[in-house]
Amino acid sequence: MEYELKESPTLDTQALEVSLGPQHPSTHGVFRMNVKLDGETIVQLKPVMGYLHRNHEKLAENMSWLGSMPYTDRLDYICSMTNNFAYALAVEKLAGLEVPERAQYVRVIMAELTRLVNHTLLVGFLLNDLGAFFTPVLYAFREREKILDLFEAVAGSRMMCNYFRFGGVKIDVTDDFIPQVKQIIRRYPKFLDEFETLLSENEILMARCQKVGILPRELAINAGVSGPMLRASGVPYDIRKVDHYSIYDRFPFRVPIGEAGDVYDRYYVRILEMRESIKILEQAVREIPAGPTISPVGLTGAKSPRNFKPPKGDAYGRIEAPKGELGFYVVSDGSAKPYRYHVRAPSFINLTILEDMCLGYKVADAIIILGSIDIVLGEVDR
Amino acid sequence: MYGFGVIKGMLVTLKNFVLSYFTKERLTTVQYPEERLPEKERFRNFPFLIYDDKPEDLRCVSCDICAKECPPKCITIVRDTDAQGKPLKRPKVFDIDFSICMNCGICEEVCPFDAIFMDHEFELGEYGRFEELNYHKEDLLKSAEYFAQIRPTDAALIEAKRRQKEAKGAHPTSPTPPIPPPSS
Repeated sequence: MEYELKESPTLDTQALEVSLGPQHPSTHGVFRMNVKLDGETIVQLKPVMGYLHRNHEKLAENMSWLGSMPYTDRLDYICSMTNNFAYALAVEKLAGLEVPERAQYVRVIMAELTRLVNHTLLVGFLLNDLGAFFTPVLYAFREREKILDLFEAVAGSRMMCNYFRFGGVKIDVTDDFIPQVKQIIRRYPKFLDEFETLLSENEILMARCQKVGILPRELAINAGVSGPMLRASGVPYDIRKVDHYSIYDRFPFRVPIGEAGDVYDRYYVRILEMRESIKILEQAVREIPAGPTISPVGLTGAKSPRNFKPPKGDAYGRIEAPKGELGFYVVSDGSAKPYRYHVRAPSFINLTILEDMCLGYKVADAIIILGSIDIVLGEVDR
Repeated sequence: MYGFGVIKGMLVTLKNFVLSYFTKERLTTVQYPEERLPEKERFRNFPFLIYDDKPEDLRCVSCDICAKECPPKCITIVRDTDAQGKPLKRPKVFDIDFSICMNCGICEEVCPFDAIFMDHEFELGEYGRFEELNYHKEDLLKSAEYFAQIRPTDAALIEAKRRQKEAKGAHPTSPTPPIPPPSS
């Protein structure tokens, strides 16, 4: 997309170049946008990435297969459980491991709880970007903390869970886990209702978000955008439905889609997705069977990661992470280390269309458009 | 009516403000140094080494497995030798660099001798960044009673397992766990 600088016949004008970030609170981390402005209007926007590059892929190629599991937590540090999930799926596909029934249910519960965490937090931070300074974020944090407490009780850490293993999960959930999840399921809709009363019909929010940062359907598909961003543009594409990974085909749930593809739709699709996640959780805690949580082969692999050697070949495991399609492409040469390890990070690919969405809007709009993409710099820069 | 949505939102904030004085659910602040949340049993922070009775006879046999499996390679182990230079089943140096350790808990999982565990201690402020955070064997040693106190469920399981092993070890034919060769 191109934007023509408006020539004024009477006044001599020129474009102004501003560097937004990398140390700017609205960029959700260390992300920099080089913006060219015509007054307040954005003429050109060049994203600059790589400030948080930590060599994730090369590190993983130099350690055992399991060794990079704790590093995947640090990709998208808000939802570490889903990162573990995608990596475990990829390696299980490669090694042909079976996952016990109970572990599948635990995985789904964890993934959906993570989705609640991520979307709640995103909505809070989006409003922070809009200027509703910290009140919605703290309401979101309060609810998120209850879920993080569960993660801590089960996996040992609030955010860096490192809970999944190839062929299952590290350890069975605690005895009071299921009752606590039930309590969250009972309370969360109330919180969402309250959150929506606070926000969804708010005129200021509507004025700021509607018809801003429109992402047309065709562009979204062509750019490879995935997740709530794509669905807000009206494409009903959800990998849980398309790929049938894990046991998601047992759960009936709907895929909410937006119409306009603007910031408001992206916000609202996430609210609706949380309600669908609660439905999945309800069914999962009702049906969860007893049994082992890790297969015997997986347990041996977890006890001695050096001796875990998948056969030669390659595999691509993908899941519907809260931010979009998270995929791990792993190649094995039969040794104890991955030969190639690649991460398809959703927020990185969603970020590539930032310029197309921002052109012609004001600087303040660029901030909320960036917020609505839902990036986490740990995953963008890896 | 235009502006009604804003007013409804304001009512929500007002409700939160007022109810925060009355319900625990709306005011979740914990005044940290004075008040503390109960510790979760599986909570993990940096690892520590465990000894059974005396600090001298620690469970670690310096097999080097944790050092090899540690993803960020923060563990350094040097095997102890006796006067003749014969390798002994105990570490001479056991260092964990806490500035590198990322609390993943893999060392605990891979240890075949139940010698290293993740601690609950998290108040570990230091004034320096390098030598101060490199914890040596003496700093890492903690008793088995301490472990049983912070993680009763795991401690009971491990104790039962060890007792079973000991009963087997008394049998003359059962092989003792192999000692891996000293690492170069």
